[in-house]
Amino acid sequence: MDGSDIGLWGVPLAMLAGAIRVSTPFIFVSLGECLTERSGRINLGLEGTLMMGAMSAYGTALLSGSPWLGVLVAAFVGLLLGALHAGLCQLPKVNDIATGIGLMLFGTGLAFFLGKPYIQPKAPNLGALDLGGWSSIPQVQQALQVNPLFIVGILLAFALAWALKNTRWGLIVRLAGESVDAALAIGASVGRVRLLATAVGGAFAGIGGAFLSLYYPGSWNEGLSSGQGLMAVALVIFARWDPIRCLWASLLFGAAGAISPALQSVGVTQGYYLFSAAPYVLTLALMIATCSPARSLRGAPGELGAVK
Amino acid sequence: MSTGIGTALERIAVSALALLASAVIFGLLLILYAGVDPFEAYALMYQGAFGSWFSFQNTLTRAAPLILTALCTALPARLGLIIIGNEGALVLGGVAAAAAGVAVAASGPLVTNLAMAAAAMIVGGAWIALAGGLRQYRGVNETISSLLLTYIAIALMNHFVEGPLRDPTSLNKPSTPPIGDANMLGTIGGSDVHWGLAFGIVACLLCYVVQRFTTFGFAMQVIGGNPKTARMMGLNVGRYVLIACAAGGAAAGLAGMVEVAAVHGKANASLAVGYGFTGILVSFLARHHPLAIIPVAILLGGIGASGGLLQRRLDLPDAAVVVLQGIIFVCILASETLYGRSWTWLWRFRAAEGR
Repeated sequence: MDGSDIGLWGVPLAMLAGAIRVSTPFIFVSLGECLTERSGRINLGLEGTLMMGAMSAYGTALLSGSPWLGVLVAAFVGLLLGALHAGLCQLPKVNDIATGIGLMLFGTGLAFFLGKPYIQPKAPNLGALDLGGWSSIPQVQQALQVNPLFIVGILLAFALAWALKNTRWGLIVRLAGESVDAALAIGASVGRVRLLATAVGGAFAGIGGAFLSLYYPGSWNEGLSSGQGLMAVALVIFARWDPIRCLWASLLFGAAGAISPALQSVGVTQGYYLFSAAPYVLTLALMIATCSPARSLRGAPGELGAVK
Repeated sequence: MSTGIGTALERIAVSALALLASAVIFGLLLILYAGVDPFEAYALMYQGAFGSWFSFQNTLTRAAPLILTALCTALPARLGLIIIGNEGALVLGGVAAAAAGVAVAASGPLVTNLAMAAAAMIVGGAWIALAGGLRQYRGVNETISSLLLTYIAIALMNHFVEGPLRDPTSLNKPSTPPIGDANMLGTIGGSDVHWGLAFGIVACLLCYVVQRFTTFGFAMQVIGGNPKTARMMGLNVGRYVLIACAAGGAAAGLAGMVEVAAVHGKANASLAVGYGFTGILVSFLARHHPLAIIPVAILLGGIGASGGLLQRRLDLPDAAVVVLQGIIFVCILASETLYGRSWTWLWRFRAAEGR
């Protein structure tokens, strides 16, 4: 193979490719969580939503032959799960952190239960756009095969940032998150705002799940997600509830997630499992670095008690 | 005292209602999706969990690690912390126990088991204390950090089991060397139930006594109620957080030791089968009460034990049990909203009965 021997350059290149591929679910889940938290509610159950989204997208793509229909169905399933979380949290005395843990286990279990028949068959893939045609190096071409959902995710991040800042709707969401009293004063229903924000946030997470099962890794099995949904929650804290920073942080996490396979591809197999823990260690390290016991975080929505 | 009984009655009534609601929802799922008669499924579950002495022993064997891992959530919950890193403390406890067991295997069963338990409890305790310390001194959300630590713990387990601690003769399923048949933890009396169950029950009793009858337990309650008041009273909140988290982690670590010493005989990926995650549910279902953990763990151990039977007889996916657990979890949390409301109704009912 001509020009394919690029030696250790393969590692950063594979990490770039990983940043593009692995980050997409992070982008969607973190944007969803960002929207939910800006409205003053925390949803820890997005891990379950991610799995349900992955399963329903795969099942739909398999039965209908259309992967994009699968993405739509995944978004709808995520919407329902988000609405369920919001509805439960609206009941008096129900704790949103605990409900999130409950829905995480419920969503994961339900995805395994309903998804059993889809483990073997192969569903159609979402496909990718070739943005690396200008290069003659196959690794570069491969790295720049970009799924359309990645681009949608980037656009979504900018759109969400703009909408939160400039639209009436965004103002009401932020108001519900900053101060319930202020939101009530302008006549907004805090409950309804949070219901919508949590449901739409769930829909984003569902799309993230669809990416997992329909593009990368591109199959449905029970080990598909291992904490991406939860890491995205931590990532939102690190990104200080800013959609654009969520995007950068997602890319960083994608690159960290790609370390282990990238090293393996150049022949470093020692400590494979240690490197596979890199994203979790990175998440934890970033949380330790950004959190402080003394003051609440800059940018944290005022009504969000849980992350302090 | 009568309010105490009233509260206890309210708790039992609300929990029973939530369990009933879960049974109905799961039943509907069975009818609609799997086309299975839910009554047949529940009858099978009863049979598989409590129907015979054999199945009941299986249930109790599964309840043992659940009791211990539930304490990992229940103890910090007393201080208002939600720790869900139980599975991580369990797997690392198991690996530490296996390493210690192999190291001192020649010195007799008692010494070996003691060393294994000590290693498991130290490692498990330190792991969860880390999450508690990060919360206390760095303000890092303990729910998220403890779950991240679980993923890290599972990666560490895989690393040790496939690397430094691997028994070269374990080919298909990488494992640590066996601790030896002579060093296995025995069974209670003439049953097949191992001593891990006794460990769990003793641990729960101990936690209850400490929480109910000691100044330490009272201080925990004050901190859980209002940390600011506690600080003004001069309580060292950080110390209590670290001790409660370490004790909870030690219990979950001990669960890992029990799994190694009484079930597998070595550490491998079979440690991470979800006892830690079910333990979270047990703790919430028991409302973090140490004594309530025991019956709840037996109930959920029974549900787990019946999974195989459901799979074989009704051809249900093995995840059916996980779904049921998830439904129960959500229903129990939603039922929190009934407290205080149902009380007046119950009270009237009891008054009418008294007349």
